[in-house]
Parts: sequence; structure tokens; C-alpha cells
Amino acid sequence: MARLGMAIDTRKCVGCMDCVVACKTENDVPEGFNRDWIRYEYQGEWPTLRLEIRSERCNHCDEPPCVSCCPTGASHVHPFGAVVLVDKDECIGCKACVASCPYDARFIHPDGYADKCTFCIHRVEQGLQPACVAVCPTRCMYFGDLDDAHSEVSRLLASRKHHSLLPGAGTEPRIFYLE
Amino acid sequence: MSELYSTAHSAITDPSLHAWGPEIPVYLFLGGFTAGIMVLSGWALWQGRRNQRAHATFSLASSGLFTLGLGAISLGMLALFLDLSHKAYVWRLYLTMKPWSPMSWGAWILLLVYPVLLAGVLLDPPRWLLRFAPALDALWRRLADDGRVRRSTGFVSITTGVALGIYTGILLSALGARPLWSSALLGPLFLVSGLSTSAAFAHWASPEPAEREQMAWLDNLFLTIELGLLGSLLIGLLSSTEAHAEAARLLLGGPYTAVFWVGVVGLGILLPLVIQSLAVTGRVAHTPIAPVLVILGGLALRFVIVYAGQYSHWPRV
Amino acid sequence: MTTIGGLSRRRFLKIAGAGAGVAAVGGSVGELLWKAHGGRETERGLRQVPTFCDICFWKCGAIASVRDGVLWKIEGNPDDPLSRGRLCPRGTGGVGAHFDSDRLRAPLMRRSVRGQEQWTEVTWDEALGAVAGKMQKIKAEHGPEAIALFSHGIGGTFLKHTLKAFGTPNVTAPSFAQCRGPRDVGFNLTFGEEVGSPERTDIRNARCLVLIGSHLGENMHNTQVQEFAAAVGAGASIIVVDPRFSIAASKARFYLPIKPGTDIALLLAWMNTLVTEELYDKDYVQRFGFGFEAFAAEITPFTPEWAYPETGIEPEVIRETAREMARQRPATLVHPGRHATWYGDDAQRSRAIALLNALLGSWGRKGGFYAPVSMDVPAYPYPPYPKSTRGKADNPGKRYPFANETITTGIREATLTGKPYPIKGWFVYGSNLIHALPNEQETIRAIQNLDLLVVVDVIGSEIAGWADIVLPEATYLERYDEINVETFREPFVALRQPVVEPPADQKPNWWIARELAGKLGLEAYFPWKDIEEYLAHRLEGAGLSFEELKKKGILRGEKKPIYFEEGVEPTFPTPSGKIEFYSTQLREAGFDPVPKYRRPPQGPAGSFRLLFGRAPVHSFSRTQTNPILHEMMAENEVWVNVNVATRYGLKNGDLVRLKNQDGVVSNPVKVRATQAIRADCVYIVHGFGHTSKMLRRALGRGASDAGLVTRYEVDPLMGGTGMNVNFVTLEAGA
Ligand SMILES: Nc1nc2c(c(=O)[nH]1)N[C@H]1C(S)=C(S)[C@@H](COP(=O)(O)OP(=O)(O)OC[C@H]3O[C@@H](n4cnc5c(=O)[nH]c(N)nc54)[C@H](O)[C@@H]3O)O[C@H]1N2
Ligand SMILES: Nc1nc2c(c(=O)[nH]1)N[C@H]1C(S)=C(S)[C@@H](COP(=O)(O)OP(=O)(O)OC[C@H]3O[C@@H](n4cnc5c(=O)[nH]c(N)nc54)[C@H](O)[C@@H]3O)O[C@H]1N2
Ligand code: SF4
Ligand code: SF4
Ligand code: SF4
Ligand code: SF4
Ligand code: SF4
Ligand SMILES: [Mo]
Repeated sequence: MARLGMAIDTRKCVGCMDCVVACKTENDVPEGFNRDWIRYEYQGEWPTLRLEIRSERCNHCDEPPCVSCCPTGASHVHPFGAVVLVDKDECIGCKACVASCPYDARFIHPDGYADKCTFCIHRVEQGLQPACVAVCPTRCMYFGDLDDAHSEVSRLLASRKHHSLLPGAGTEPRIFYLE
Repeated sequence: MSELYSTAHSAITDPSLHAWGPEIPVYLFLGGFTAGIMVLSGWALWQGRRNQRAHATFSLASSGLFTLGLGAISLGMLALFLDLSHKAYVWRLYLTMKPWSPMSWGAWILLLVYPVLLAGVLLDPPRWLLRFAPALDALWRRLADDGRVRRSTGFVSITTGVALGIYTGILLSALGARPLWSSALLGPLFLVSGLSTSAAFAHWASPEPAEREQMAWLDNLFLTIELGLLGSLLIGLLSSTEAHAEAARLLLGGPYTAVFWVGVVGLGILLPLVIQSLAVTGRVAHTPIAPVLVILGGLALRFVIVYAGQYSHWPRV
Repeated sequence: MTTIGGLSRRRFLKIAGAGAGVAAVGGSVGELLWKAHGGRETERGLRQVPTFCDICFWKCGAIASVRDGVLWKIEGNPDDPLSRGRLCPRGTGGVGAHFDSDRLRAPLMRRSVRGQEQWTEVTWDEALGAVAGKMQKIKAEHGPEAIALFSHGIGGTFLKHTLKAFGTPNVTAPSFAQCRGPRDVGFNLTFGEEVGSPERTDIRNARCLVLIGSHLGENMHNTQVQEFAAAVGAGASIIVVDPRFSIAASKARFYLPIKPGTDIALLLAWMNTLVTEELYDKDYVQRFGFGFEAFAAEITPFTPEWAYPETGIEPEVIRETAREMARQRPATLVHPGRHATWYGDDAQRSRAIALLNALLGSWGRKGGFYAPVSMDVPAYPYPPYPKSTRGKADNPGKRYPFANETITTGIREATLTGKPYPIKGWFVYGSNLIHALPNEQETIRAIQNLDLLVVVDVIGSEIAGWADIVLPEATYLERYDEINVETFREPFVALRQPVVEPPADQKPNWWIARELAGKLGLEAYFPWKDIEEYLAHRLEGAGLSFEELKKKGILRGEKKPIYFEEGVEPTFPTPSGKIEFYSTQLREAGFDPVPKYRRPPQGPAGSFRLLFGRAPVHSFSRTQTNPILHEMMAENEVWVNVNVATRYGLKNGDLVRLKNQDGVVSNPVKVRATQAIRADCVYIVHGFGHTSKMLRRALGRGASDAGLVTRYEVDPLMGGTGMNVNFVTLEAGA
């Protein structure tokens, strides 16, 4: 079974937010909420500074607390690519999953159910890239099967230094940032 | 020297998580309070105690407390329901059992709580009930007089109560993402706090002088244990990762310090502890002051833990 | 699983169907649609329409998706050489331009004094009738030249046509004197050719890329950013010169935090190093260069040691970077920049950049500047325009001898002084002059001298607020425009065509221009029945099919050679026919034949030089009400060096007002206390701090750089307005 994930090249990312805008329109994300967002982290003292820019979203964790804490099974790991999804027709809106995500990736949709990044599974199932990946003008995002050693993501992760977010949280995130 | 900028993402998580309002702390408090009643009254049944009077009272073995429990837990569940943002789908809770989700088995425990509390009521059938169904009168009296029935009901009541009390804490501690909550002590803490609030109530409301003495004494015990648990909880956090220490500091110098020390510890534990110690040693009379303080303190504890917990966060970088 | 696939769709249907659900959905695209269309459902299913973007002037090919009759999303057109299938964030957010609740909906006529923004809605017939009447009156009293047109962007094509037919030569745009003018003049003087737009920069193939203030990544000109990222990815060595640690700087191997306004000193020192260390492309210079010896002699004194105290860049860094440029030549691209109007010596700075490129032999070479190509699409055979006897009013007596386009601020000057002749009417299309021209008050005083100010806009911009008559245009998603015959790496034409209906009584430029021409008795200039006939006719002239272009959005031509290496004939249409290291025409006009450095005047003690630039999610002053882009960035912040901020007791998020040397005070603006900027300047993103009451979503959000630009240094060569010459202090509090 495939394990879909992302590798994002922080050397190329310019933090333009195109990925955020594209997600908005592709997925009708309501005003005041975003499924992805950008973090700009500066290190050092002027003028010798380092800047890491990260496009962040749900990490589709291998050990997702949001799934284990869900009382109804609305939050689930989908067989297709082990994508972590919410079935809004099973969601009671208890917000446990929102509170359980160390990345604050989730929100409650104005219609009441828990919502977040779906890895654009509706596109991926049609053989398309996720909207944020497809729009990125710097082509710094790579999406694919982490279990397939030949996939572009796997090859990049094998060949380049990278890190994930909050490894200490034990969630085993599947989005990696190439340094 | 580092700077972090983040594009706004979600109203519910910026600048820090605020998924849960007052409903949840209220629910957790009432859940704990009910749990306390079930344990104490269950213990009384187990001992074979009986309601000394012809009508329901708030003495441990009387149907009064069990009825109060029914009311409290129902209110709690109402609060929980009010918090749900997708209410129409609430029935989904009972289509499945998710062993890893405290929310899930909490839902099932709550189903168990009702029959147990009801049984408690029926073992001391209130007058109106008898008048309502005279036919069953005899049957009830026989059951209510049967020692085994009373004892086993007491036993079930205690175990269910303990489960309920611990669950209200684990509900939070299972959500690892909030450092303040990630402590195994939260379950015991909420259970003991539930016990102390219910003991406080009985201390205040029981018509039996002996029982009130006993409850005051017990309550002091619970309060002392609660104090110990709070202490070790904070120390545990401080000696864990930076994120956890950061979380503990929310209560030790952070935005929630005042409420915590004054509301929870000072007025909610220490002061009543002093008053009740004086009371049990006969230096002052028993007044509602201490019990009321304990109950409010228990409520404050839930509020502080729920709000500070949501505020606490893993490092964003 | 289909429930997910269907999820957004089902929700969408709910939105299109039911009011209540919609209110709950906050500002989702669906709700905006609801506002714009009153929930009308026009069609079913998915429809995709190719067009090209107009949120800036890059003209990226796009494909708009319409879901059940409602605009859903806009994506890049994979066929398009400019976007290569990916739009920039503004283009992706272009959806919001259609749904913007702050759009103009009907023609407006001024009801009280100018600038009060009190209007009466009128019909198009009334509005255009009134405009035509006023125009005829002005023509009778002052001649047709007394009406000037400010028009920015391809959308203005037809209005330009009408006004030229009316008889005025005074057609201008801020893209010259407030933007790329100095750069193109500087390159013209050196190579005999301009850089143009889209820039002929071969960033993609550069091995060494030098960015002098070009803040790619914030400046989101799509192709430039895509190629910049490619170059970074390919390990090209990036050298960034900027007083601010820009996004581009964070990608650089060498970051040179230069003292603002001293770039010419750095450029001279670089050239000095290349020459004295004999690292330049001798063969190239010998074959194509003119006056190299004189040039070399001129620059000998300007060593890195000399430049150090001026620029604050250590001599060793200057030498090291010069050597790196030489190492990678000719694939070393010293980017010419675009918004070059900084200090008033900008044409000379641009010329210095051109000369540095010449030394590196990058002009005409792979990884440097390619020779752009385009298709030959003949113009529509219109009758000739009437010849003006008086000529243009912007540059009397060729005061600015090298200005080769009309100077906006020159027209403004003429309007103020009545010299060389009075200007009594302004047409403004697609240009918010209040934010675009320096010194707002001068613009407003000029407006007070007018008998007629007509503004064609899509939202109630500041300039619209000053108008007598405001004409609401349909957005680029709702109209045809002129064909884009692009000059680029490869030849292609692109079509802008309607994707959805305008939500109210907005009309496309071609319609407005033709109706107006009709009322002016200029029907002869609009022989075509409708725009489609016009477009078809032009395309046929080039042997292209309108129907095919409608389907594809883009028609590409034969690839042609674009480098000298590929056989492009090196020609330099300068007076000497060569690359002019030494410029005789400059000397004859009384200017430095080789660029010289003059120390920029410093501001009053305790003040900071005001710098400004771009944010990736906004275009100038035109996108702040776009609901999607507004949500991405609702206001600008003022970048203040963190040590300065601490000295003032300021931290991130504190509100300050900026007060400039002439006492102009800005809106309250949030402080961004950061390591990422020098201590002698502050920085804000251009285009915020709107004052027009019609821009409800943007009104008063953030500070306006334009408002603080009361001073400007005019470039003596070409009349560009250097705007980085204002100084501000930080005034505490909201
Ligand atoms: N202070 C300061 N001044 C500057 C700059 C700066 O950075 N700071 N930048 C300079 C540069 S580089 C440039 S290129 C110029 C840009 O100057 P402008 O081209 O004037 O740019 P905007 O300020 O965005 O004004 C564009 C106007 O066109 C309107 N508009 C948008 N779309 C349409 C449409 O489809 N039809 C019509 N009719 N109108 C439309 C917008 O609502 C807005 O009012 O500004 C220059 N001036
Ligand atoms: N997102 C977005 N992108 C755009 C536009 C937009 O509106 N929005 N507009 C487009 C247009 S028309 C233009 S002209 C371009 C303009 O964008 P560019 O031509 O790339 O840049 P400028 O606006 O000239 O300059 C801004 C940068 O120059 C730096 N700077 C300021 N003073 C100095 C100095 O004295 N020396 C040096 N070395 N650097 C200095 C500033 O810190 C800032 O980083 O952007 C284009 N791209
Ligand atoms: S679109 Fe690409 S470059 Fe822009 S912020 Fe997102 S990931 Fe970075
Ligand atoms: S990132 Fe958060 S929401 Fe996504 S899978 Fe991990 S825990 Fe769940
Ligand atoms: S909010 Fe919905 S998805 Fe999240 S835990 Fe509760 S039921 Fe599950
Ligand atoms: S994968 Fe899809 S849903 Fe997730 S952030 Fe990207 S665009 Fe949004
Ligand atoms: S650069 Fe961005 S805004 Fe400009 S035309 Fe291209 S997509 Fe549109
Ligand atoms: Mo520009």
C-alpha cells in the first residue's frame, strides 16, 4: 500500500503563498481558515542571516493522534496512500482531533465538521498533483509514494539532507523539508 | 537570535488553540462530581448503610444523592452536547467503539452510569415513586432489603464511578499535542478532585452528624492527595521536555498563575483544608463555607486545566 | 474515495442552492459568488476557458474553470511559455477580482466637489454623452492635444485608439517615468536596444546571477521567479545587493547589504576590478566595444577601497564577487532590475549595469541577455490619426533629451503650468495615479486645473474618487482585449477572452472606446462590427485562426535562434554601431559619457530612508480589495531594524505612524522589528493605506508609501522620478 508524502525544497521556496491561494480556490476553503500556511524562520544576526521558508499543512502522520482520539472513526487513514481524512458525515464536531494535532493543522469548518488538508485526494485519484504542488511557481514541492524507492520523493529524501516537523511529538509526519 | 513569522492559518488555532469553551470544563466538573457521588454512596451501600429517615435526604445511602448524580451527569452531558459543532451527527458516537479514543469509551461509560445511579435511587425508593406504583411496592422493599443486592450495587457504583472520574482526566491527557495535558496524573487528579467535591457536598448537605464529621475528614484526605497530585504533575512537567516545562510555567508565572494559585490552590484547597481541620477537631462549627469553596475550587481546576492546556503548545519551530 | 472527491462539489451545490448554508460558509468563494450573482444558477458542469492574466502586466497564459456557471479557479496554461502552466499567487487569486464586493457596478457622475466621492449613478449613454460633450468643448477652446490619456496595460488599447483618433499625442503610462524608463534608456545608450518587458534576461541559464535590488520572490513576475528558482536549484551562484535581507538575499551565496543609493559606486568598483585584474571578456569587448580605453581610464580611480566607505561593502567582498562574475562569464547575468526609478541618477546606474554586463560579455549570450523574438501580426488597417502640429506636452524643448516615451509627470507639469500649452482633460485607464505618481498633492493640484477627469477602473480607486465621471470596466475575466503578440524567448500570440459575465453594468474597454468614438463622430476609426471580427481580422493577417486561438488561448510560432552563439547577428543600433563604453551622445548632451558616482544626500538626523517594494500576493495598489488576496495579506508592516526598534522601545506588532521630512504622517502601521534590514532605512510594501471610501475592504489598512513620497529626484537624462529620496521618523501610537 502506498504511503503518500511530500518533500519540499526550502532552497527553492520563496514563500509566495501561491500554495495557500491555490488550496483556497481548489477546495473552497472558507474565509478565516487555511489548510496550508507559510512559516518564515530567520536565524542569526544582521547581515549574516539564514532564512528557512516552509509551506506547512497536515503531515498525514503515520501515527496520527487525530485518528486515534476520534470517537466515531470520522478521522481515518484512507486506504488510498494512507492519507488521513475526515468523513464529515461521521464527524460530531467534538474537536478532540483539533486539540490532538501538534501542528494545528485542523480546524472546524463553518458547516460544523473537522476539516484539514486532504492531500487533494480528489485530484490525486485522477492522476493529478495536489493543487498546491501543481501551482508552485518555483516547483519546490514534490509529492509521491514514500514506500516506492524509485519515486521522486524517495530519491530526493535518499540523496538530500532533510528534516520533518516536531519529530519529538511521535506522530511520524510524512512531509519533509529539504535543506 | 531567531525570528519566526507565520501567515495566518486558522481562526480556531491562531494565535493559540481555543477549540473548547466553558462547556467542556463544566462537563468535566459535573462528570467528576457524579463520579465522586457514585464512589462515596456506593461505598455506603457496600457497608450496608441505610437512609435513616422516611424521606429522601442527601445522606450517602439515601436516594437523594443518586438523584442529584442523575441530574449532574445529565447537565454535564447537555454541556458536552452543546459544545459539539456537528450536533445532528451525535448518534454516530453509539455506532462504534473506538478503544483508543477516550471520548468513545467515555460515551459508553456515560451509558453505564445511568442504570447504576437509577439502581441507587431504587434501593431507597422515594415516596412519590411508591405512591406512583404501589403494586411494585412490595418487590422494591424486598430488593432494597436484600443485603447482596445492596452490596453488589454499591460495588458496581464504585467501579463505574472510578472509571468515570479517571476518564474525565484521560480525555485530556490522551491528546498528546498539548504539553500541559500530557501527564498520566490527570486521570487520578480529576478523580480525587471529583471525590473531594462530592465529599464536600455531603459534608455540607448530609442530615447525619456522624456522616458529616466523616465526610469533612475524608474531604481533608482527598484535598491533601489532590495537592500532592498537583505538585507531582507540575514537577513532572518541569522535569520533562522544554515544551512541557513551558506549559507548567503557564501556571507558575504565566498568564494562568493567579487563577491557579488563588482560585484552585488557595481558596479551593488550602483554606477549606484549614477550616475543615478546625471543624473536625471541634475548634469551629461546621459551616457551608468550606464545602462551597471546595466545590468552586473543583470547578476552577477544570477551567484552568482546559484553558491553559489549550494555550500550551509544542514549539512552532 | 468519491465522497471526498464529491465533497467540495456537494458543498458547492448547497451553496449555489441555499442562502442559509451560504451565510455559514463565511467568505468562501461560494459565498462571494452568492453576493455577486444573487445565487443565480446559469449552467451545469465544468467549463474551462483559456485566457491570459491581468493582475499585473506579465500576461501569463491561464485557464479559468467555471463550475456550474460559477467561476471556480484559474490555473496556468501549460502551453504558455510565460507561465509554463503555473500562475503566481496573484494570478491564482485573480478569481477574487471577479467576486470583489468593492467593484464599481455602474457609471458614476460626480455630485459635489471633486474628491468628495459623492456620486449619481447614470446610464452609459448619459455618461459617455457627457464625456463626449466636454471633450468637444475642450477641443474647441484648446485643441485636441489639451486632452491627455494615462493608460497602463494592454486593456487600454482601444481607448488609446479613440483618443489618438480624437487628435491627442499626449498618451502616457507610469511604466516609463515611474518604472523601467531609466533602465531602458541606460541600456539603449549602451547597446542601442532596451531590455523591454518581459525582460530579455536568460536567468534560467545563468551560472552567476547578480540582483541589484531586484527582489525576485517578492517581485512575482512569474517567468523571472520560475527561472530564478531554477537557477538556485541548479546551483548558480547568486549575488544579491540590497539594504534589506530580501527573500532573494536568503538564496544568495553573497549578500551585500549596501548603503542605500550607493550602487553606482559598487558598480564602478566591480568594473574597476574586472579591468585592472584583466578578468573581463577581452575578445567580446574588442569586437563589439566602442571607446573602451577612455572608459578604462575613467574608472581607474574607483577601486574597491574607494567604494568601501561609500557602500559599506568590504573591498575583499567586492573583489571576490567580481571574480565570481568573471569566473562564470558569459553566463553571468547582472540583472537590470525593472523598477529603476530610485535616486534620479537611475539611467546612469542602469548604464553602469549595462556596461558591467558588457565587460562580462553577457549581452546576446546564453545565461545573459537573449535576443527576443515575436510573431508578425499586422496592425488593423485603420485610417491614419490626425497629425498634431504642437507635439507632445510632456517634454518641452526636449528638456530630458533621452526620454523616448511620454513622461507622466511631464503631462502633470504641463497641466499645472499650462506650458507648453494647457492640458484641460485627463482620461485615466488602469492607473491609480494617486499611488503611482510621486507627490500626491501635485497630482491633486493638477486635477483641480482640469475641466474633465474621466477614470476607467474596476474598483473605486483613489484616482476614481477624484474623477468627474467614473466608468466601470468589466474585469479581464469578463472581456476580450487586444491580442498579446509577445516578444520573448519564442514567438507566440495569446488571447484574452470572456470567461464569465460581468456581475453588473460593467463594460469592456473596446466597447467603451467604440461607443465614445461614436459620440465623437469618429465611427470611421471603428470599421469592425464587434471585437471578435476585429481579432479574427488581425489573426487572419498573420495566417492564424481565431477559432483555434479561442480553443487553445495560445498559438506558438517557430522557435528561432536567440543567442549570438546560435547565429543571431550581433548588431548594436547605437551611433557608433557598437557597445558604447564611452558615450559621445551623452557627452554632447552635457552628461557624463561614463557613469560617475555622486554621494546621495542624507536625511535629517534621526530619520530613516523610506524604501518600498512588493509583496508576493499583491499588485501595486490594485489588489487590496480582492477578497482572496486581502485574506492573504490585509495590511503592510514597516520593517525596522530590531536594534533601532529596541532603542525606540518598539516590538513586533506595535503600531507607529511614519512622518516624512515634509511633515506628512502615515496611517498607523504595524512594526516588524527584524534583523533583516539595515539600521539607516525602513521598508514598507507599496500599495496599502487606501483612502478611497469606495474601497471598503482596504480603507485605512496599512500605510501608503506613495503618500510619504513628497520628494522625488528627476533623472536629467530622461525625466524619471527617483522616489527613494524620502526620509521618515517613527511616531509612536495609533
Ligand atoms: N510610491 C510608489 N509609486 C510607484 C511604485 C512604487 O513601488 N511606489 N511603483 C511604480 C511602478 S514600478 C509601476 S509599474 C506603477 C504602477 O502604477 P499603476 O499601473 O497605476 O498601478 P496601480 O496603482 O495598481 O493602479 C492600477 C489601477 O488600475 C485599476 N485596474 C485594475 N484592473 C483594471 C482593469 O481591468 N481595467 C481598468 N480600467 N482598470 C483596472 C486598479 O483598480 C488601479 O486603480 O507605479 C509606480 N509608482
Ligand atoms: N507581487 C508583485 N510583483 C511585482 C509587482 C507587484 O506589484 N507585485 N510589480 C511588478 C513591477 S511593474 C515592477 S516594476 C517590479 C518592481 O520590483 P523590482 O524591480 O524587483 O524591485 P524595486 O521595486 O525596484 O526595489 C525593491 C527592492 O529594492 C531594494 N532597494 C531599495 N533601495 C535600494 C538601493 O538603494 N540599492 C539597492 N541595491 N536596493 C535597494 C528594496 O530593499 C527592495 O528589496 O515588480 C514587478 N513584480
Ligand atoms: S507556492 Fe511554492 S514557492 Fe510559493 S510558498 Fe508555496 S511552496 Fe513556496
Ligand atoms: S498533522 Fe495533525 S491532523 Fe495531520 S495527521 Fe498529523 S496529527 Fe493528524
Ligand atoms: S471533531 Fe469529528 S473528526 Fe474530530 S475527533 Fe471529533 S468526531 Fe472525530
Ligand atoms: S494538498 Fe490539497 S488540500 Fe492539502 S494543502 Fe495542498 S492544496 Fe490544500
Ligand atoms: S505574474 Fe502573476 S499576476 Fe502577473 S500576469 Fe502572471 S500570473 Fe498574473
Ligand atoms: Mo513597474
